[in-house]
Amino acid sequence: MEKKYYKSLEELSLVIDQESGQEILGDKKSILALQTEAKSGNGPTRRDFLKIFGFTVASAAVASSCEQPVRKAIPYLIQPEEMVPGKASYYASTFYDGVDYCSILVKVRDGRPIKIEGNTLSTVSRGGTSARTQASVLNLYDNSRHTKPAIKGEETSWEQMDQQLVPLLEAINQKGGKIVILSSSIISPSTKAAISLFASHYTNTEHVQYDVISASGMLQANETAFGKAFIPAYHFERAKLIVSFDADFLGSWLSPVEFTKQYTANRKLHEGKKTMSRHLQYEGGMSLTGSNADKRLMLKPSEQKATIATLYNELVQLTTGTQNTTNASLDMAPLAAELLEAKGESLVVCGSNDTETQLLVVAINALLGNYGNTIDTGVHLKVRQGIDSNMASLVDEMNAGAVDGIILYDVNPVYDYPDREKFISGLQKVGLKIAMPVLNEETSVYADYICPDHHYLEAWNDAEVKTGHYSLAQPAIRPIFSTRAAQESLLAWCGSKMDFRKFIQEYWEKNLFPKAGFAGTFTAFWNEKLHDGVYNSGEKELEVVAYKAPELGAIVQNIKGNEAEAVDLDLYFNISVGTGKYANNPWLQELPDPITKACWDNYACVSQKLADQYGLADESLITINKLGPFPVLIQPGQEANTVSIALGYGREKAGLASEGVGVNAYPLVTLSNGNRSFELSGVTIEKVSGEYKIARTQTHHSMEGREIIRETNLGAYLEDPKSGNEVREEILAHMKTLYPKKDYDGLHWGMAIDLNSCTGCNACIVACSAENNVPVVGKEQVLKAREMHWIRIDRYYTGDPENPELVRQPIMCQHCDNAPCENVCPVAATTHSNEGINQMAYNRCIGTRYCNNNCPYKVRRFNFFDYTNSDAFTGNLHDTANMETDLRKLVLNPDVVTRAKGVIEKCSFCIQRIQEKKLDAKMENRMLADGEVQPACAQSCPADAIIFGNLNDSNSKVSKMFADERNYHVLEELHVMPSVGYLTKVKNTNA
Amino acid sequence: MYVSPIREPLIKGNKDYSQVTKDILAPMAGTPSKYWYMGMTIAGAAALFGAWASFMTVFYGIGTWGTNKTIGWAWDITNFVWWVGIGHAGTFISAILLLFRQKWRTSINRSAEAMTLIAIACAGFFPLIHMGRLLLGFFIFPYPNTRALWVNFNSPLLWDVFAISTYFAVSLVFWYVGLIPDIGTVRDKAKDKIRKAIYGFLSFGWTGSAKHWSRHETISLILAGLAAPLVLSVHTIVSFDFATSVIPGWHTTIFPPYFVSGAIFSGFAMVLTLLIVTRKALHLEDYITVNHVESMNKIIILTGSIVGIAYLTEFFMAWYSGVEYETYAFFNRAFGPYAWAYWIMMTCNVITPQLFWFKKIRTNLVATFIISIFVNIGMWFERFVIVVTSLHRDYLPSSWTMYKPTIVEVGLYVGTLGLFFTLFLLFIRVFPVIAIAEIKSVLKSSGEHQKHADHE
Repeated sequence: MEKKYYKSLEELSLVIDQESGQEILGDKKSILALQTEAKSGNGPTRRDFLKIFGFTVASAAVASSCEQPVRKAIPYLIQPEEMVPGKASYYASTFYDGVDYCSILVKVRDGRPIKIEGNTLSTVSRGGTSARTQASVLNLYDNSRHTKPAIKGEETSWEQMDQQLVPLLEAINQKGGKIVILSSSIISPSTKAAISLFASHYTNTEHVQYDVISASGMLQANETAFGKAFIPAYHFERAKLIVSFDADFLGSWLSPVEFTKQYTANRKLHEGKKTMSRHLQYEGGMSLTGSNADKRLMLKPSEQKATIATLYNELVQLTTGTQNTTNASLDMAPLAAELLEAKGESLVVCGSNDTETQLLVVAINALLGNYGNTIDTGVHLKVRQGIDSNMASLVDEMNAGAVDGIILYDVNPVYDYPDREKFISGLQKVGLKIAMPVLNEETSVYADYICPDHHYLEAWNDAEVKTGHYSLAQPAIRPIFSTRAAQESLLAWCGSKMDFRKFIQEYWEKNLFPKAGFAGTFTAFWNEKLHDGVYNSGEKELEVVAYKAPELGAIVQNIKGNEAEAVDLDLYFNISVGTGKYANNPWLQELPDPITKACWDNYACVSQKLADQYGLADESLITINKLGPFPVLIQPGQEANTVSIALGYGREKAGLASEGVGVNAYPLVTLSNGNRSFELSGVTIEKVSGEYKIARTQTHHSMEGREIIRETNLGAYLEDPKSGNEVREEILAHMKTLYPKKDYDGLHWGMAIDLNSCTGCNACIVACSAENNVPVVGKEQVLKAREMHWIRIDRYYTGDPENPELVRQPIMCQHCDNAPCENVCPVAATTHSNEGINQMAYNRCIGTRYCNNNCPYKVRRFNFFDYTNSDAFTGNLHDTANMETDLRKLVLNPDVVTRAKGVIEKCSFCIQRIQEKKLDAKMENRMLADGEVQPACAQSCPADAIIFGNLNDSNSKVSKMFADERNYHVLEELHVMPSVGYLTKVKNTNA
Repeated sequence: MYVSPIREPLIKGNKDYSQVTKDILAPMAGTPSKYWYMGMTIAGAAALFGAWASFMTVFYGIGTWGTNKTIGWAWDITNFVWWVGIGHAGTFISAILLLFRQKWRTSINRSAEAMTLIAIACAGFFPLIHMGRLLLGFFIFPYPNTRALWVNFNSPLLWDVFAISTYFAVSLVFWYVGLIPDIGTVRDKAKDKIRKAIYGFLSFGWTGSAKHWSRHETISLILAGLAAPLVLSVHTIVSFDFATSVIPGWHTTIFPPYFVSGAIFSGFAMVLTLLIVTRKALHLEDYITVNHVESMNKIIILTGSIVGIAYLTEFFMAWYSGVEYETYAFFNRAFGPYAWAYWIMMTCNVITPQLFWFKKIRTNLVATFIISIFVNIGMWFERFVIVVTSLHRDYLPSSWTMYKPTIVEVGLYVGTLGLFFTLFLLFIRVFPVIAIAEIKSVLKSSGEHQKHADHE
C-alpha cells in the first residue's frame, strides 16, 4: 500500500471499508470520528480493555482481600479536660439495685462506662463485687430499655408528660385521694427526702416498700424483741462459730458482698494465721453458702422452726436448767454445747421469713451474748425495709378501689408478686398508674404513664447502706436515652424543678456536713466524698435498743410436728439473675450456677430418693402444684424430700436474651402469717411427659481420686502445714529435666489462689467476660460444651453421695513456663513472653485447635462460630444471646480485640492491664509496686482469693503464697511448670 | 527325589505380549459401561455432599461440627489419619516390594499407587478443612515475608505438612515415571488424533529406545530408594502429632511402628477392596489372580498381628507405668462411654484378620472382600478411638465431655469417599490400570513354560 503523508486530520480523512478492511481515501471522516465510531459500536477499544481490566483487577483485589471496611475514628477537635483518648477514667459510684449494695468504681473509656470495679475505700463492700454488680454495666446498654417517656403507649416529651401528670396528681390531691409510691427498699436518704417532699405536697401519699427478697419476718422479729423494726449489722469476721439455718449469706442473704469479705477474712490461714472460723449450715437445697460450710446438715424447710426451737431449748436448758421439749429430728444438744463454748463469738443466722422463727434466732443470739459482739444493733443494715403485710394490704386497698394513684418505682410486682392476678386486678382499679422503670418489665405494661428512670450509671444518687456508712453515686455517662431520674420526676411533680444532684448536695450540706466536723467548705467536703465515693460519718443509731426478752413459750409449744413424707418446696434466689431483674443480661444468664453448673434456665433440684420415688431422671419434667413444667436436676446433697427451684426466671417482657428462659416460680410463693414464705410444705409433684435439656458447663462431678483439689482439716494442718499436700514433695523430687531452666530477669508473673477463701461466687467470671470481651454463646452452644469463659470454677463432690462435701477451684490459663500448647502450634501463634506469660496472637492463629487438645487444663476456648461479628464473611453471625447490637457493643473494652471465627482464645493474665501499669510506672520512672497490677478476676474477688504479682520479687504477696507449705500446682507432675499456684483447702472439721 | 512344587504362573492364560496390551488397554477403549456411569453418579453425588459440607464449615465455622471445648479434633483428624494410612499401600507395593524383588507386585502396583495418590489428596483435605481460618492456611508454609513471621519448627503439625507434601510429590513422580512407557503404548495404539496428541504429550516423547529404557530403569530404582523410607517416615510423623503431646492415650513411644504397620494394614485392605471389584469389572482375572490376593492377605496377617500386639502393649504400658491418667485413659477406652468404638476396633483389626491363617479363607475372594471391608472399618475406628476417646476424658474431670458428629462432618467424610471413587473411576478410564511394560517382564517367569520347556 502506498504510504500517505498528511499535515492535518482534515487532510487525512480516511475511512475503512467495512467489507475489505481497506482504507478508503478521500472521505471527510477524521481519526477522532473513527475512534468514536469504533467505540460506539464495533467492539472494545484498547481503552475499554484497560478500563475493564482495571475494574476487574481492582474488584478482584477488593473481593479477595476480605478486609473489614475501615471505620474512621474522628479525633477530638477540642480535647475535653481530663480526658485522654485511650486512657480510662474511674469514677467512684454506688451500685444498689433494691437488693444488693456495692460501692464501686466505674471504668469509663471514651465516654462509655465499660467495667465495674470494687471500691477499696468502702468499709462495707471493701473492694469486693458480686457477679451482678459486675454485670450491671451491661444493663446500661440493654436494648429493652425504655428510651422515651410514654403516655398510654405513645412516646412523648418530658414537658408533655409533666403537663399531663401534674393536673391529674393535683386532682387526686384536691379530693383527698390516695397516692402510693411503691418502691423497693430505699437506702438513699436524699431519695427519701424527695419522697417526703412529694408526700408533703400530695398530702395523702403513702410510701410502700416492697422487697422481692423479703426480710419482713426478721424486721418484725426485731420489732418484737427490741421494739424497733430493723436489721442489725452482722460481723461474720468476729465469729468463731457460724451457724446458718438456710441463710445464704454468701449468695443472696442481705448483704452478700460484705458478708463474703467478712467471712473469708476469718477463713484464711496464710500469712501466719493459725485460726479460722467454723461454719455449720442447715439447709434443704445446697446453697452457695452451704457448699462452703465445714459441716453441712440437710434440713427440710418445714423442720427448720422445730430444729431452731430445739436448739433454743437446749441452750436454755444448758444456761438456766429449765427443760422444754420440741420434736426435731436432729439432735441439737452437741451444737448447743459448742455454741455456748463460743459464747459471744458465735453467730446464728436464719434465712427464714417467718417472724417466730426469726424471733427464736434473736433469742438464741441473745442467749449466746452475740449482741454487741458479732451483731451490732447500733448500726442498722438498711437494704431490707419492706414489710410484706404492707404490700398485701396495699393490694387489698387497690382492689377495694381505695388507691387513686400509684407510682411504681423500681418494682415489678406483676412479675414477682405471688398473687399476680390479684395485683393486676387491683392495679387496673387504680386511676393513675405511673411507672418509672429502667428496663422493660411486666408491670409497666399496665401503667398509663411511663416515666423511664436513668440507669444507675447515668444518675446521681446517694446511699446509706448501714447507719453512718454513706456513699455517693455519680453519672459516668450522659443519659443515653431521653430518661429522667425518678427522684427528679417526683420533684418535678411537686413543683420543684431542681435537678437531683443539687438536691443531694443540699441534703448533704444540711444533714451530713455540719456533723462531719470537716475543716473546709462544703464544696471541698463534697468533692472529697464524691472522689472517694464513700463517707463514713461514724454515726450510730441514736435510739439505743435493748433486748426485751419476749416470752417464747407459746411459740415453742405451738410448733407443729413435721410430716416426714411430705415434700417441701424451697424457692431460692441464685447468684446470676437474682430476683429476675437481670434476666435480660446475657453475661448473667450464661453464668454457670456455682452448685449445679447449669445456666440459661431454672430447674427443680431433687434428691436421688425423690427422683426414684417419682420415676424421674435428669432433664425429665415435673409440675409443682400444677405449675411448670420444670426440668429436673438430680442434686447431690439435696434433702431427700425437698425440691429447690430458683426464682427470677420466666420473664415475659424483659427482652430477647430472657425470652423462653426458665419458668416463673413466683406464683408458688405463699403468704404465711402475713409474710411471704419461700418455703412450702406438702407440695404435689407430677411427672409430665417429655424431656428438657439443661445446659451445664460441667457434666462430670467426681475428681476420680486425682490430686486436683487438695484438702485437709484444721487439726491436721496445725500439726503439719503440708498436710493434704504431701504428694508435692514426691513430685518435686522427681522433677528432672535435661533442658536449662528458663530465666526471667525482670518480671515473672504468677497467680496464687487460696482455695480456702474462694466461695465460688462467680464475680470473677463476669469481671473477666467484661474486661476481655468474652463472647456469650447462648444455651444451645453451652449444651454443646462450647462456652467461652476464660476462667471457670470447677467443682467436685466428695464423700457420701447423699450429702456430699463440695470443693471448688477457679481454673484459668495456668501460664505454664513449659507450656504444652506453645510447642504444638504450627504457626507459632501462641508463645511465651519474657515475663512468663503464655501469649496468644489472634491474628496469627489459623485455628488448628492443637493447642486446645494439648492443654491439660482445657482452658483454651475456640471461636466455633462468628460470635462477635468480627469475621471476614458477613451473614454468618452466630448471636443467640443478642449481644451484637450496636447498643450492647458499647460495653466492649477497646483495649482488647474481639476475636474472629476460627480463632483460639484464653486468659491472658489481663495483659492489657499489665501493660497499662508498666507504662504508668515507666512514665513515672519507678518500679512497679506489688499489687499494682490486678487482673479483672483478682480485682473483683470479694474474698481476696486471687493474688497476682511478680514471682521474681521475693517480698511480693504472690511469692509468699508460693512459698507457703499449702501451695501446690495442679498437674505439676506433668512438668509443665504452671504459673498459677493453689493453697490447699482446709476445713474446720476436727472440732 | 523331592521336586519342589512348581510356582503358579504370575499371569494366567498363556498370554503373549500383544494380548497383554490388548487386555489391559481394553477398559480405556470405547464408551464406559453403564456400571461406570452408575459408579460415577454415586461418587459424584457424594463428592457434592462433601462440597456442601465444606462450604458450611468454611462459611459458618467449625461450630457446624460436633467438636467442643475439650474435644478439638474428632472426625477430621480421624479421617485424615485413616486416609493417610490407606495411602501407604501403593508406595509400599511399588517401592519396598520392588526392593524385595517381589515380582507379583507388578499386577497391582499401578492401581495401588493411583489409590495412594488419591488417598493422600483426600487425607490432605482434612488438615486444611479443620483449620478455623482456612483462608489464612498459607501461614503454615515458611515463606519469606516482611513481618519476619516464621513457622514453628517444633510443631508436629508442621512436620506433617512437610511429610505429607514430600510423600505426595515423590509418590506422584514415581507413579508418573512408571506410567511413561505405558502412555507411549497408549499413544501408539490410539487411533484418533486428539487422543494421540494428548498421550503423545504425556509420554514425554517416549520411543522405547534402549537408552530410554535404561534411563527409565535407573530413575525408577532411584525413586524407589527415595520412596521406601518415606513409607516409613510419613506415618511415623503423623503419629508424632499424638506421641509428642501430653494427653494420656496419645503420649506413647510405641506410636511410630504401630502407626506404620497399621497404615500398611489398612492400605492393603483398601487395595484388596478396590482390586477385587476392579479385576472383575475390567475382566483382569488373569492378571490379578488369587495368588496376588493371597500374598496381600499374608501381609495383612502380619501387619494386623503387629497392630494387635501394639494394642496389648499399650495396655500393658498403661498399667506398668503406674501413671493414673494413662491407666484411666486405657480403662476408659475399653469400658468407658466409647467402649463400643473400642470393641469394634478390636474385633475388626485383631480378630478378623486372623481368619487369614486359613488358606481357604485367604484364597476366597468373597471372604477376602468382606474381611478387607472389616479392616477398613476397624482402622477407621482405631483412629477414632485414639483421637476422641483420649481427648474426651483427659486430666481434669471438670472438662470431660462427649462428642457426637454432625451431618456436616459426615458430609466431609462421605465427600472424600466420593472424591476418592470419582478420581479412581477417572483413572481407570484414562490410564492403564496395570503396568503393561512391567507385566510383560514377568510374563515369562511363570513356571508353566519352564516346566514344559525343561522337563519335556
